[in-house]
Amino acid sequence: MSVDLSSRYLGLDLAHPVMPSASPLTGDVDHIHALVAAGAPAVVLPSLFEEQIEHDAMAVHYSLEMGADGFGEAADGFFPQLDDYNTGPEDYLDLIRRAKREVRVPVVASLNGVSTGGWTMYSQILADEGVDALELNVYRLPADMTQSSSDVELAYIRLVEKVKNSVELPLAVKVGPYFSSIPDMARRLSDAGADALVMFNRFYQPDIDLETLEVIPNLVLSSPVELRLVLRWLAILHGRVGCDMAATSGVHEADDAIKAILAGATVTMMASALLRHGPSRLTEVRDGVGTWLADHGYESVAQARGSLSYLTAPDPEVFERAGYMKTLTSYVPTW
Amino acid sequence: MDMTAIATRAWATVDGNEAAARIAHLLSEVIAIYPITPASPMGELADAWSHQGKPNLWGVVPDVVEMQSEAGAAGAIHGALTAGALSTTFTASQGLLLMLPNMYKIAGELTPSVIHVAARSVATHALSIFGDHSDVMGARQTGFAMLASASVQEAQDLALISHLATLESRIPFLHFFDGFRTSHEVAKIELVDEATIRDLVDEDLIAEHRLRALNPNNPSLRGTAQNPDVFFQAREAINLFYDAVPETVSRAMDRFSEVTGRSYSPFQYYGAPDAETVAVIMGSGVGAAREAVARLVESGERVGLVQVRLYRPFDVAGFVSELPPTVKRIVAMDRTKEPGAVGEPLYLDVVAALAENDLDVDVIGGRYGLSSKEFTPAMVAGVFAEADTEDPRRHFTVGIVDDVSGLSIDYDPGWWAEPDDVTRAVFHGLGSDGTVGANKNSVKIIGESTDLYAQGYFVYDSKKSGSRTVSHLRVSPRPIDSTYLVNEADFVAVHQFDFLEDIDALDIARPGGTVLLNSPFPQGTIWEKLPIEAQQAIVSKDLNVWAVDAATIAIQAGLGGRINTVLQTCFFHLTDFLSTEDSMVAIKEHIRKSYGKRGQAVVKRNEEAVDRALEGLYQVEPGPVDSDRRITDPVPDVASDFVKRVTSMMIAGKGDLLPVSALPVDGAFPTGTAMWEKRSIATEIPIWDPDICIDCGRCALVCPHAAIRFKAFAADVPIPDGFVWKESTGKDLRGLRIAVQVAPDDCTGCGICVEICPAKSKEVARHKAIDMEPKDIHLERERRNFEYFLEIPEMDRSQVNAASVKGSQLLQPLFEFSGACAGCGETPYLKLITQMMGDRMIVANATGCSSIYGGNLPTTPWTTNGAGQGPAWSNSLFEDNAEFGLGMRLALEAQRDDAELLVTALAPELGGLAVEILDVIENPDHSDQDALVGRQRSQVAQLKERLAGMEGPLPRRLEGVADALVDSSIWIVGGDGWAYDIGFGGLDHVLASGRDINILVLDTEVYSNTGGQASKATPRAAIAKFAAGGKTTGKKDLGQIAMSYGNVYVGQIAMGANPTQTVRAIAEAEAHRGVSLILAYSPCIAHGYDMTHQLDHQKAATDAGYWPLYRYDPAREAAGEPGLRLDSRKPTIPFKEFASTESRFAMLGRSDPESAERLMQQAQQDIDDRWFLYEQMVNLHRTAEYVEVEE
Repeated sequence: MSVDLSSRYLGLDLAHPVMPSASPLTGDVDHIHALVAAGAPAVVLPSLFEEQIEHDAMAVHYSLEMGADGFGEAADGFFPQLDDYNTGPEDYLDLIRRAKREVRVPVVASLNGVSTGGWTMYSQILADEGVDALELNVYRLPADMTQSSSDVELAYIRLVEKVKNSVELPLAVKVGPYFSSIPDMARRLSDAGADALVMFNRFYQPDIDLETLEVIPNLVLSSPVELRLVLRWLAILHGRVGCDMAATSGVHEADDAIKAILAGATVTMMASALLRHGPSRLTEVRDGVGTWLADHGYESVAQARGSLSYLTAPDPEVFERAGYMKTLTSYVPTW
Repeated sequence: MDMTAIATRAWATVDGNEAAARIAHLLSEVIAIYPITPASPMGELADAWSHQGKPNLWGVVPDVVEMQSEAGAAGAIHGALTAGALSTTFTASQGLLLMLPNMYKIAGELTPSVIHVAARSVATHALSIFGDHSDVMGARQTGFAMLASASVQEAQDLALISHLATLESRIPFLHFFDGFRTSHEVAKIELVDEATIRDLVDEDLIAEHRLRALNPNNPSLRGTAQNPDVFFQAREAINLFYDAVPETVSRAMDRFSEVTGRSYSPFQYYGAPDAETVAVIMGSGVGAAREAVARLVESGERVGLVQVRLYRPFDVAGFVSELPPTVKRIVAMDRTKEPGAVGEPLYLDVVAALAENDLDVDVIGGRYGLSSKEFTPAMVAGVFAEADTEDPRRHFTVGIVDDVSGLSIDYDPGWWAEPDDVTRAVFHGLGSDGTVGANKNSVKIIGESTDLYAQGYFVYDSKKSGSRTVSHLRVSPRPIDSTYLVNEADFVAVHQFDFLEDIDALDIARPGGTVLLNSPFPQGTIWEKLPIEAQQAIVSKDLNVWAVDAATIAIQAGLGGRINTVLQTCFFHLTDFLSTEDSMVAIKEHIRKSYGKRGQAVVKRNEEAVDRALEGLYQVEPGPVDSDRRITDPVPDVASDFVKRVTSMMIAGKGDLLPVSALPVDGAFPTGTAMWEKRSIATEIPIWDPDICIDCGRCALVCPHAAIRFKAFAADVPIPDGFVWKESTGKDLRGLRIAVQVAPDDCTGCGICVEICPAKSKEVARHKAIDMEPKDIHLERERRNFEYFLEIPEMDRSQVNAASVKGSQLLQPLFEFSGACAGCGETPYLKLITQMMGDRMIVANATGCSSIYGGNLPTTPWTTNGAGQGPAWSNSLFEDNAEFGLGMRLALEAQRDDAELLVTALAPELGGLAVEILDVIENPDHSDQDALVGRQRSQVAQLKERLAGMEGPLPRRLEGVADALVDSSIWIVGGDGWAYDIGFGGLDHVLASGRDINILVLDTEVYSNTGGQASKATPRAAIAKFAAGGKTTGKKDLGQIAMSYGNVYVGQIAMGANPTQTVRAIAEAEAHRGVSLILAYSPCIAHGYDMTHQLDHQKAATDAGYWPLYRYDPAREAAGEPGLRLDSRKPTIPFKEFASTESRFAMLGRSDPESAERLMQQAQQDIDDRWFLYEQMVNLHRTAEYVEVEE
């Protein structure tokens, strides 16, 4: 019996629920081709970083101004004026154009903004390029001791509202897990216009170099263990928020994807495993999901989706605090 | 003010260089270029336009090629012309002199061409980048026609007329205008459009030029060698062509006038029709002279002036016919000096022209304006007054006080006041704050948005860090003739508040004028912060003072220290050229135009600065004239008499007031003067924490300005309160104390010392043994401490290993406090060498950055030790430095030989001392050069003492050469432009000389001093001026070339990558008794990153194999080992990783990713290939072994 793997995410009809998430892999059209050939039903492009664009522009400006107007023999600075410095989003837009032109799956653009104006401006620019959906990669790290959690949360909501009002595109919002109340935030984001929540963002984390005693920003690839956090919140939110949910962070094998779907994920997204193992891993996961569902008598992904969620699990409190108790007490040291 | 643009006619606000270069680019096919101030921008523009695909008049993009020197450029255009192309070049000063041989050829072969010259002083007793006619006057005998432009408008118009006339006359033209005064003056001019140019160009003449070209289908022979039988006649065969030139030029000017309405003639008279006294002048001085003549004529004086445009061929008839019949006296004004001549060139031409026409007119000749010395209408009035005296000086100078030969004439500076309807503004800024850029922009805005005329001229000091600028702007309803600085301003802006304590910035403000201060102080507190001189000026002249905290607004807008946009907005608000609203619109439009390509963020932030600027602007209410602050004396009383009399005047910006007698007659100045120029430009300085310090000395090693000092001293040295020290921790300095001390007023705040400091606090990792902290908090204490630090006795050299990092840093640097860029990558090497051997150094320094921060007045960083010994330094030229240094070595050898002979001859009298001296000459022990030199010095001291008591010629002769008995260390120093390009031929010859010479190439991989043009040291894939599309060829391997001689010591070093290897290589180079070449990687702001991090970049350059470290020592080769030793590891990071952090590479990736990718790959291949080769070379022996075969 063949299982119906089709899934609908952000209003887009996908052949199955295993797709590549935003990563360096999707930043290259050749890789996108390989992913699509491996069965990717859609691709999320890496994030366009407003901060990076601003930084690049200012770096060019700084370089051109450095030493200029200060010394009579080098009054015009030290660099030739070039035709174009392409400090804007042009490279990214070119990636969108090529991806849209060359592959036949939906293309989701991802945006990381800084300013309110930047979020909306770049959202419009991306929408104008004809992307199928937009994922907002929201990255706010409150280091301000006086900023309250409700201020931080409100900023997320306002941001989603503004972008939703400025573009007519399906909107996914990729957030981190560090809210006091994820259910409340999920509901408010959904109400603000999010068509999907992408859970969860994996922030760059600082590391310390013991040789130099310097702090180094770092991003390590995910491990399947990270899926646990995602599973909990998928399960708790499934059926209780009005938007789709994408599981990302920790989907490495078919079993991970199946778990995410059972917990309530509309789609599962992969990055680290694809970076490690190449696009063929996506095929393996897709096929593995199909096989598992078939082996276990499911007719479709839809049937399985959320079947082990907070609303549907036989023992839903496991997703709550009891889960912590159980883990702790069942852990027996080996020494 | 009416915002409507001036109808129909095309206007542009450009400088003289751009005005001329545009015409040259439109009318040329081959353009050969080489950088030289102040002509470089012409080449840069031509290169940039061609890179952008901008075609010439015929739709072809001119081929712009950078050559290795101006001699090369002249050769290239000669070839291009000979083969039938339309070809041009741009140059100035020494560059023009290098072109002379080819210019004779080009002219002798009747080849139409134009060389555009931004006329500049030729180096004599000193180099000067500024303008006069000494260069072009040196070319007047070449056979080139010479056309002189007097303004930016003329620079365009006469450029075109030159190109037209050369085609018709076949005589090549030298078109010149005054360096800086015209080349760098920004002015509103009327453009000649391309259609007009097309109408004026006679295509038939171009066709004829092509027909004369070398062509194998119609072969001809040029460049023959001729014998006495025909050379003379052949030379005379050209005469009719010269005879025709004046008429040809007149015709071209007339045709030009018909289509543009601007009339020119080879000689042009202004003034009273019945003038009795007439000045003759050419170049930018004409502007000032015309203003003076007009004013004098208005007041009934019978004066006039003849502007010379076509100077060669000198049309005697044309000149005489231009004179009013009433003329009785002529004053010929020359902007050049020809020592020993009867008079300067223009004077002689005028005298001869009058004599040939039997005119009874008295002629006197005056020199003015050498090296851009101010030339004002008041001076011109003084000149006329001199001419009208009963017995005027036949030869005089004006603009200086010559109290030696008495040639200077007096004049009344107050005679001239500019018309009331000309608005004049003066801005004091820092080079780094964008003041000049904003003012150039303001001139353009006024020029382009109103029907007013605008002019901007910018004065820079000669420092590369903390440099100060003064912008002089004029706005007028009429075209502006005023070719001199503003001397009374309606508007004065002081963009850095602390300038007020250094200079009397408000002195120039007219009564009732407006002042704009950039003030960091809160409103209401400014008055008390003003020095008393400023308070007095404000009250006595009833000045309207406004203030704004531009820095805060700029920071809020995300622009860091770039305060220019904020202050520009305030300037427009406080003047009435445009309404505030219109000016803000115009500023924003120019922001978009100037910065649009750089990115939206740049535009947005600048626009935000415009929007916020006026919110912070407020009027300052004057209070009582009562302030503790006052303008400080530039140098303290303990300075030498010369420094107090002369140097201090230059430091204070009053050098113009120095009389001739104050200055050395031969250009020789004392060293050790930078210490008196306390610029105090840092906002943060490094502060030492002895509890953490590990005594490594690296902070002192890398400091580009010798502003961090490291000293060890005995425990019995008295320590004043507050002085910071620690016990030494190393075995080598057991029992001694250590101090690391900042020179707070000499530090530039670059922070490199903190970057390299390896010692971190255990509790707070960011806290190192030195940290940058706000200067104001520490200034007084650190000043006291530095003063005391200098009093601590220097280390005994014999107790220190000068060939180690730490040891070298314990020794006194004899190169300190230069005006090099903050974070300069060159100066640490020079400083280090002076620590190792500065007491016996002679430096031949190629022109370039190192000659400017090393020898540009007012002060020099080269200094002396307590015994008065230190580097002796000279700069000859750019192209000859290796030869110059070799000559020094030859001189020392000759004198030593002479001394040896004399000691031998005087041995009977000198006895044992002679034996000792001759023994050291015979058997010098170079293994400890410090000890050897010490012994030699002791011998020479004894010798001189003995000689003083001896009679006869031989002792006197020996006294003159005795110092040559002490080993000197000759260092030939220069940048890559010299070593790889213009000086390479000489360098190669010196490499082959085998003499005991050290050569230090400070390789910034670009012509740094002239603003970042590509050299043959520029790496593939880097962008630079003249390589806007990324350099497509690889860097020359100069080390490899030197190694090929086999007997040259070669060290490739990068202090930031491996300081120990750096010190060792320098020590080995000095020890090598032959030629040594040190290639020193020298980060430069032209690389495009924050120089604070240059050490990381050096390390990355080495890790990438981009700058491998090695030493090739012929001594090892002689010992049977391979000569080459690689001192860095096999590349561990890809080139791209290193390159992506430097704008010179990264910018190409942005502008042209495909080319960048291709060039990056090739650059990686360059690295891989070179490493592959070097790895093999470390196993190679170059000395053949001969095995004796037994028969």
